[in-house]
Amino acid sequence: MNEILQGLAQAFLLIVSLDSELIAISLRSLYVTLTALLISTIIAFPLAALIVVTRFRFRRLVITILNALMGLPPVVVGLLVYILFSRSGPLGVLGLLYTTSAMIIAQAIIITPLITSVAHQSMQGLWADYRDLLISINTSKPQRIGTLMWDSRRALITACLAGFGRGIGEVGAIMIVGGNIDNATRVLTTAISLETSRGDFSLALALGFVLISLALSVSFATHWFGKTERGGLW
Amino acid sequence: MIRILFASAVLLFVQINTATANQVRLAVTSSFHNSGLSDHLIPHVETDLKIEIQLVVVGTGQAIKLGKNGDVDAILVHSKPDEEEFVKTGFAKHRRQIMFNEYVILGPSTDPAKIRLANSLLDAFRTLSKVKTNFVSRGDLSGTHKKEIEIWKKINFKPEKYGKNYLSVGSNMGKAINIAVAFNAYILSDKATWLNHKNKGNLIIQFEGDQLLHNQYSFLPISKKRHSHIKSKLVEKIEDWLVSEKSKNLINSYIIENKQVFTFNAN
Amino acid sequence: MFPLEVSSVEINIKGKRIVGPINLLLKQEGISVLLGANGSGKTTLLETLHGLRKLSKGKVRWSIPNKLAAKEQSFVFQTPVMLRRSVLENLMYPLRVRRFSKPNAIKEAMHWVKKISLEKKINQQATLLSGGEMQAVAEARALITKPKMLFLDEPTASLDGLAKKTIEDILVLAAKNDTKIIMSTHDLGQAKRLADDIIYLHKGLMESHCLKDEFLNSPPSDAAKQFIAGDIII
Repeated sequence: MNEILQGLAQAFLLIVSLDSELIAISLRSLYVTLTALLISTIIAFPLAALIVVTRFRFRRLVITILNALMGLPPVVVGLLVYILFSRSGPLGVLGLLYTTSAMIIAQAIIITPLITSVAHQSMQGLWADYRDLLISINTSKPQRIGTLMWDSRRALITACLAGFGRGIGEVGAIMIVGGNIDNATRVLTTAISLETSRGDFSLALALGFVLISLALSVSFATHWFGKTERGGLW
Repeated sequence: MIRILFASAVLLFVQINTATANQVRLAVTSSFHNSGLSDHLIPHVETDLKIEIQLVVVGTGQAIKLGKNGDVDAILVHSKPDEEEFVKTGFAKHRRQIMFNEYVILGPSTDPAKIRLANSLLDAFRTLSKVKTNFVSRGDLSGTHKKEIEIWKKINFKPEKYGKNYLSVGSNMGKAINIAVAFNAYILSDKATWLNHKNKGNLIIQFEGDQLLHNQYSFLPISKKRHSHIKSKLVEKIEDWLVSEKSKNLINSYIIENKQVFTFNAN
Repeated sequence: MFPLEVSSVEINIKGKRIVGPINLLLKQEGISVLLGANGSGKTTLLETLHGLRKLSKGKVRWSIPNKLAAKEQSFVFQTPVMLRRSVLENLMYPLRVRRFSKPNAIKEAMHWVKKISLEKKINQQATLLSGGEMQAVAEARALITKPKMLFLDEPTASLDGLAKKTIEDILVLAAKNDTKIIMSTHDLGQAKRLADDIIYLHKGLMESHCLKDEFLNSPPSDAAKQFIAGDIII
């Protein structure tokens, strides 16, 4: 219990004093996860919409696999990405291992199935409503996808938050492909792991509280921005 | 809109990641790092040689794998048989001894197995094998773990026979110590990591000072023949620095709790 | 694109015959009313003529290729489908689908919003309107593309008198402006008010297609007689 209180106090001090290492690590965490999120949404949203509006033979199978992939263990993804990008691996020449790029790739792989599944679920619901109308109006498939995505935007933002949550707290994959290198690939979660190894629990907790605050801030900010478009003319 | 998103995704992804020419990656064992020695030593190397050194801190097994794959330019580990194999199979040109420290047996301050007064390391382990109180093993084929296995072998005892109090944790030294603290267990640890560890709990050093507990660290540069992209010239400079007089002074002057933890022994 | 030729059309669902066989010729002039009790197959027939449902047997043929004919049709559903957008955006939607520029689409939409007296609610979420208002928006949205053929499926079924009048007035106006209208209803009074010709449907079969007065004065069957008399059709 003592350590939790110590951790809270230490977290507060670190934040208030704008500790430069803390800021660097935190920004890096945000950078990696937000970039992974951006890449994921570019893939996930249109993909989810496409699955909704297209009738094809293995549709149910694809949806089932997609949902199942949400349970992909991050550390396994990390291992696979490592093998791919290792110098001895097929994509080794790209030299991406132990860089934030590899971490971004690993996280994108992990969160894309989640975002796609959540997005698919809500767009499926909307499509049930819109289907006859959009067919009647002679919309093209790209137009249908665009309309579904735009009108589902609130749910899509929730999907983003889910993906962000999963990514910002991830440690297994990025430890393997990033290496937790000081000043290069160290982020909040890997730093927490390091300090735990060092037995410095109060620092580890402090970093943990910073991570929680970060995640909460992102969530609050998202909902605050969300409100400005209510009744809106975007 | 879509184009902007796509472009920013690509830009962000590519960003700052350009590997500079003067950048070297070393895989180092966690005891080198968690003891605090790397923070003490490496900045000097970087400043003197004007090389950016990226340390990937992993267990010995993983360090060797990374070396084999060419994902790092050199490794610093402490597992002689593995190192010799590594050189033999051509992945490194040679192994260069740098420094040593020692292993110790940590145990609860009450010393339930009474190993404190053992005459030798082997006697201490014999007692443990009979008393069978909680014992934490690294279980990850790291240098420390292999040392532990070596000791069991010398007294002809198979750890499988220890029973349920033998906890094989498959973690790095620091996390293994955390578990030993939680279980009030005995554990073989390198002294440097222990002294620098912040969660000592109820454990203290119960045995140290045997010849067998010698823990040698060596530097192995990856062979350019195996991986053409290895920055051999820079690695050579680092190796030369590590065996230099300055290195000797820095290593020998590294103190934790008023004790010298590492001893330079390069030649 | 007229006349519309419906030949031996049958629609079966899960092996059960819902509608047909039906033979029908639809000419451009006048408002055609598809009359029948609930469950007689009106919705199914209308949706099939519009192309929203597949035929099991027979053909639906316009005098121009069906793909081109599709662009000249609109459909108003029994339960209006509102896009999760403002009233104005709903009206603009079919025009934007046809790549109208935004300013032009707004202009047209404003023109129609005045016709349905919803100027004060242009920025309101369409899903928050009353039933009658929604149906008016749906109708305006259907007419904004100046279709040559307008299908309506029981458009005023759940509306009060004022809403009903609004909808009907717009229909009459549209019919005068070269839009062929076919609408289904089970409201005999509405048929009397609006129809030029009546298609009477009973248990999926077309019992007659003739001018309104002819139908009312000499009903083609006992079922039709009962319907006109106001009895419940089983």
